Amino acid sequence: MITFEDVTKFYPRQERAALRNINLEIAKGEFVFLVGQSGSGKSTFLRLVLREYRATSGTIYVAGKNLATLNQWKVPTLRRQIGTVFQDFRLLPGKTVYENVAFALQVIGRPAKEIRSIVPETLELVGLEGKEDRPSDELSGGEQQRVAIARAFVNRPKILLADEPTGNLDPETSIGIMKLLDRINRADTTVVIATHDSSIVDQMRRRVLELRSGQLVRDQAEGVYGSA
Amino acid sequence: MTIAVIVTMAVSLSLLGAGAMTALEVNLAKSSLYNQVEISVFLCTENTQGGRCEEGKGTTAAQRDQIQQTLEANPEVSEVTYESKEVAFEEFQRVFADSPVVDSRTAEDMQDSFRVKLVNPENYAGVVSEAKGLQGVQAVQDLHTVLDPMFKWLSALQWATLTMSALLLLAGALQIGNTIRMAAFTRRREIGIMRLVGASNIYILLPFLLESLVAGLIGIGVAAAALTAGYWFVIVQNAQTSITAIPWIGWGDLATAILVIAAVGVALAVIPTLLATRKYLRI
Repeated sequence: MITFEDVTKFYPRQERAALRNINLEIAKGEFVFLVGQSGSGKSTFLRLVLREYRATSGTIYVAGKNLATLNQWKVPTLRRQIGTVFQDFRLLPGKTVYENVAFALQVIGRPAKEIRSIVPETLELVGLEGKEDRPSDELSGGEQQRVAIARAFVNRPKILLADEPTGNLDPETSIGIMKLLDRINRADTTVVIATHDSSIVDQMRRRVLELRSGQLVRDQAEGVYGSA
Repeated sequence: MTIAVIVTMAVSLSLLGAGAMTALEVNLAKSSLYNQVEISVFLCTENTQGGRCEEGKGTTAAQRDQIQQTLEANPEVSEVTYESKEVAFEEFQRVFADSPVVDSRTAEDMQDSFRVKLVNPENYAGVVSEAKGLQGVQAVQDLHTVLDPMFKWLSALQWATLTMSALLLLAGALQIGNTIRMAAFTRRREIGIMRLVGASNIYILLPFLLESLVAGLIGIGVAAAALTAGYWFVIVQNAQTSITAIPWIGWGDLATAILVIAAVGVALAVIPTLLATRKYLRI
């Protein structure tokens, strides 16, 4: 589903590579933790997958597409197959829970009838049934992240990327979010979580990719946060 | 979109349209007047000075025949007619019949002349300089010496109008760019999410394009109305009836001017919008 072949990424006017010679493959339906300190290259990895940036060298395949040769105007089509969740939720504060999730479908031109049936379904999946009409900025952090996950998943993407999804949440709430992401993974969605929350990584025991200064230093099945 | 943007657009486009119509009118008048250009070759009398005159002597009959033959031999010349001072005096009396100057001249004050019609009125310079070199020719006059300074001022006026409209158009474009930039900045969160979930660029851009296009179209409409009103009052109601010596631009030329401002107006609405939103649409 995601393949990196000898990928290096330099940012303009920076001498050190943000990512250096990365080779990895994430199969369809996998659940992967991407760990490493701040500045190790986790976010760069996610942004390369989203095609927000192009790799300086090497080849990236996402959902069967070579991102280096992907036409600029096809990028939106690529992104419809990827759901993304952030540490800061990135909801629209003036809108209700329902509107925030429906927004993701409206702006890609889905018919209203379809939206009316899919959105409540997805809100139920993330455990927000009954809160459809609450303004999103009145919810707790954990609930806001659930809205964000619902928005990322409502279009049933093949891949779900999460950048520090539990970074703003307390441990108990974090576990709930991880369970939700696990459930989404069971629906055959490839899930990639960039995090430095060691407790959730240790608890879940899934594949761990560790980045250090832009280099892949560990690829461990059923891994833990700190190197074993 | 603010009223300021619409007003700037309307005023600048009106000026542009007025400049374009002036240019069309000047060209029309120029070609019509210059096509009627005749050259007058004045001959010497005992009282004339300068040119190729001998002091105190008029042009002799032999010189006059020589001048006529030379002019008729020039391939650029289509017709040469002789106008004696008596004929010139009659014409003078007719033109100035109601004026007090009519009594101030006699036939002796007039000059004999040749009226020269040209094959191609644009190629007048060769005939004029040839005629000036002939013995017994006091002066050569053509309409260009009268019309050229006038057209020079008209074209200066026209350029001033176009320059002013260009500056105002620039101001309008900057205003539109600014307004859209601010609107996009206010909605940057929404735009960010749209890009993230894969909304197409045109979907994101459309509300901004519509906003600036509406302002542009109102500006174009106001300017077109102003131009039509100006055309009606200045040309149809006044100039056309009071000055018949030159042709005046028609409704078709007004339509051309309106098409020009419509094209410029749309470009001025769309281009700054595309530039202002580029930052938010970069993938």
